Amino acid sequence: MTLAQYGKGAPAGDEHHDAGHQDKHPGALEYAQIGVILAIITAIEVAIYYLGLSQTVLVLFLLGFSAIKFSMVVLWFMHLKFDNRLFSSMFVLGFVLAIAIFTIALSTVGGKLV
Amino acid sequence: MATTWEPREQRSGGLAGALRHMRVVAEQYNIWSWIATVDHKKIGVMYGVTAFIFFLIGGLEALLIRLQLAVPNGAALGLDGDQYNRIMTMHGTTMVFMVVMPMSAAFFNLMVPLMIGARDVAFPRLNAFSYWVFLGGSIFMNVSFFTGDIFAGELGAPDSGWFSYAPLSSRSEGHGVDFWLLGLQILGVASLASGFNFIVTILNMRAPGMTLFKMPLFIWMTLVTSFLIIFAMPVIAVALFELMFDRLFDANFFNPDKGGAPLLWQHMFWLFGHPEVYILILPAMGIVSEVLPTFSRKPLFGYPFVVFSGIAIGFMSWGVWVHHMYTTGLGTVANSAFGISTILIGVPTGVKVFNWMATLWGGSISLKAPLMFAIGFLTMFTIGGLSGVTHSMVPSDFQQQDTYYVVAHFHYVLFGGSIFALFSGIYYWFPKFTGKLLNDTVGQVHFWLMFLGFNLTFFPMHMSGLLGMPRRIYTYSDNQGWDVWNMMSTTGAFLIAISMLVFIANFIISLRRGEKSGNDPWDGRTLEWSIPSPPPHYNFKEIPQVHALDEFWHQKYQEDAEGVPIPVVAGASADEEDEHDGHGIHMPSPSYFPLIAALAFPIIATGMIYDYALVGVGAVILFFGIYGWAIEPATEGEEGHS
Amino acid sequence: MSATAAAGHSLETSTGLDNRKLLMWLFLGSECLFFGSLIAAYLLYRDKSVSGPFPSDTTTADGVFHPGLFDIPFTSVSAFVLLMSSVSMVLALAAIQRGNVRGMRIWLFTTAMLGLLFISGQAFEFTEFNHEGLSLSSNLFGTTFFVLTGFHGAHVTIGVLILLSLFVWSLQGKIGQAQSLNIELAGLYWHFVDIVWIVIFTVIYLIQPELKL
Repeated sequence: MTLAQYGKGAPAGDEHHDAGHQDKHPGALEYAQIGVILAIITAIEVAIYYLGLSQTVLVLFLLGFSAIKFSMVVLWFMHLKFDNRLFSSMFVLGFVLAIAIFTIALSTVGGKLV
Repeated sequence: MATTWEPREQRSGGLAGALRHMRVVAEQYNIWSWIATVDHKKIGVMYGVTAFIFFLIGGLEALLIRLQLAVPNGAALGLDGDQYNRIMTMHGTTMVFMVVMPMSAAFFNLMVPLMIGARDVAFPRLNAFSYWVFLGGSIFMNVSFFTGDIFAGELGAPDSGWFSYAPLSSRSEGHGVDFWLLGLQILGVASLASGFNFIVTILNMRAPGMTLFKMPLFIWMTLVTSFLIIFAMPVIAVALFELMFDRLFDANFFNPDKGGAPLLWQHMFWLFGHPEVYILILPAMGIVSEVLPTFSRKPLFGYPFVVFSGIAIGFMSWGVWVHHMYTTGLGTVANSAFGISTILIGVPTGVKVFNWMATLWGGSISLKAPLMFAIGFLTMFTIGGLSGVTHSMVPSDFQQQDTYYVVAHFHYVLFGGSIFALFSGIYYWFPKFTGKLLNDTVGQVHFWLMFLGFNLTFFPMHMSGLLGMPRRIYTYSDNQGWDVWNMMSTTGAFLIAISMLVFIANFIISLRRGEKSGNDPWDGRTLEWSIPSPPPHYNFKEIPQVHALDEFWHQKYQEDAEGVPIPVVAGASADEEDEHDGHGIHMPSPSYFPLIAALAFPIIATGMIYDYALVGVGAVILFFGIYGWAIEPATEGEEGHS
Repeated sequence: MSATAAAGHSLETSTGLDNRKLLMWLFLGSECLFFGSLIAAYLLYRDKSVSGPFPSDTTTADGVFHPGLFDIPFTSVSAFVLLMSSVSMVLALAAIQRGNVRGMRIWLFTTAMLGLLFISGQAFEFTEFNHEGLSLSSNLFGTTFFVLTGFHGAHVTIGVLILLSLFVWSLQGKIGQAQSLNIELAGLYWHFVDIVWIVIFTVIYLIQPELKL
């Protein structure tokens, strides 16, 4: 498999799409909808902060919600869901590497996330 | 051959007009073609020359070290501890950041476009920017020597070692460490820019038909190295910022009084530092992987294995950093885990060594200078790798840590490894860029002197290290049993110096009167040998169509039934060359904005140390440089960035 | 056949991807390491400050009560502003991809203004904290907090400058549908700065360790 085929297989020579895009783009409406969802999630996060849940549960919820927001911005706003997988690889590589080495480093010196 | 570029579109007068006038003047003296160049070949030459000059400077620092340590009690040179610390710090910092990295960058620049069949890199102005930033940062850091009262013997250079551990570095008096951390920050910018550029170049600008597994191995190593660079440099950047904030603004990153942990520095530094040493060695491995096949007249043995080993080394290099910190009290679990990972990383390295040996085995060997240095690499790097394996074992490392045994190890891999390989590359590719051959007999003399000198210098350090001689000391007493080993090291160091004189003489004389090399003096395998020496500014008249690994070899030879190469009847390229003079090939226009933007960094750095007003000045220059760069078209008639 | 060197347009590259877009994603990947290091330093030193001020209500060993500095409602609004700026950013891109230059200009300007609003909020917050005694040198919390959020703020500021530059160039007619990649690249940078804030807001502000000092 060549790098050019690494993506979603959109045919080269598409008029104003390069090999990086599929035909289906989200429209303005869909973007606005995602914006609303992001706002709602943020509101929920703040709300549960005040609920006085146990630390573990709170952390799980907060990390989970922020992961959802993070993914939504990356996949839709940054268009990674629709773009060539090579872009995703570059970003994921850096992201996973950062998480891995700092998790190891922090556990080595006794730092804590929660 | 003078090349004229198409005139840039007219801008308004004033500052732009003044700059245009300066350019016209510079053009008359041919400086313009260098300071505004975006040509990867010119940039590569500048990198190489600059790196070599710093190699001599770092070598001088080494000679001072060896003179100081030649006999007990510092009787030979009489440096005091402070002076010694500064020279030692600059020796290490120079060799790592101003010699091996930029010399590798020189080869990336010179060779990558040629080997992949491209006309230049993906971002030519960014490429020029990398070089000028590197030059600025290197000069900036070396200026520090003169910021003390030099006539009273006070050197202003940094004094806390090339790795600058906190709290020694965070509390070091004077500005030496500030020069170090700011200079390194600047060099980091240069490396980062370079890393991004070469990844995009390699992924996006290969000649048609050159799939990833038809790329020369040097290109693969460049790709892996570049990924290591772009992920490792941000970590040291943060570490350097943390050190800077502690020193300049009383922050508490490494301040135990407020609960900070000096050990954090070691983690940050080695998180960067271990991938960094693979950044230092992978390009060398790439060079050797090109030289060995050419001079054995055989393809690289196990090409896919060598590729995957390189990738594996890249990944695994992130998981071993604590092996620099076994003795810091992290505990048995951490030490054991990293001990295992460090032992494991020896495996892909070993795979490569076996493949290189197998490449030579049964080949039609031609013992020219490039091959001598490549074999020097193979043997010396293996020795260094073996001492590295002894370091990986936690109990033995407890004995070796902070002794000269470690100094022996890393000089075997960095000098015996990287430097030998880089010289191999110089002898190998010198003809491509000059059209002349370096004298091979003199090259052999250079090799043997350097090989002898190198081993005489560094092998005894295994002994003195195991006998307990600590690192970084400026003198030692005469009852330790270290005397004879140190005298041997000092003698060897001067032999290396003599070998350098031989090389410089060879270089200068061959440039003027060397034997003409022609396009393909070594009967090479890769695309760079298919174009004239030196190459025209557009590299390839026609971008080649690639069908196989070692494409050029397959254009020249077919194989008979026993696999013996038979020359193909000469057809296309050589005869048609004179008809097409390269007209109509549009190359990126030169630009002075990379230089302008690059100038900002040393100015900002100086301002951080001496006067914040300068920071403002530097920032203005940076904005001007970047805006000019953004607005200016990359080639005539095109709009866009980069 | 003559080829333009470094044309970089997607149809001419080996991967079919645009040089500059590939560069931007590589850059963002490396920025993960940059911000990861800063966040790791904050996490390492969380609840290790020897003295105040502290992010949340803390009673130190000497029995002194230190009210927490964080104003979660305020920062939530700030986080919301930055999130909405991502929405306006992507709407700017959608506009220019359809050839709607005027729409792009409006959303671009909106994004820049929301970014400036975020920066103002940060500046206000920093000043408040500083009045309470928090500084780079006060304690570990001050050091790690200001450096992390300071670098993030610097990234946002640079982003605003980029957006305003694009806005001005669009007024000069230099950004049309054919140049939409420039907006896309600016957008990628902007969204990244936003997602870093998502992480910071959650990990630094919302997840408070149980402090036993």
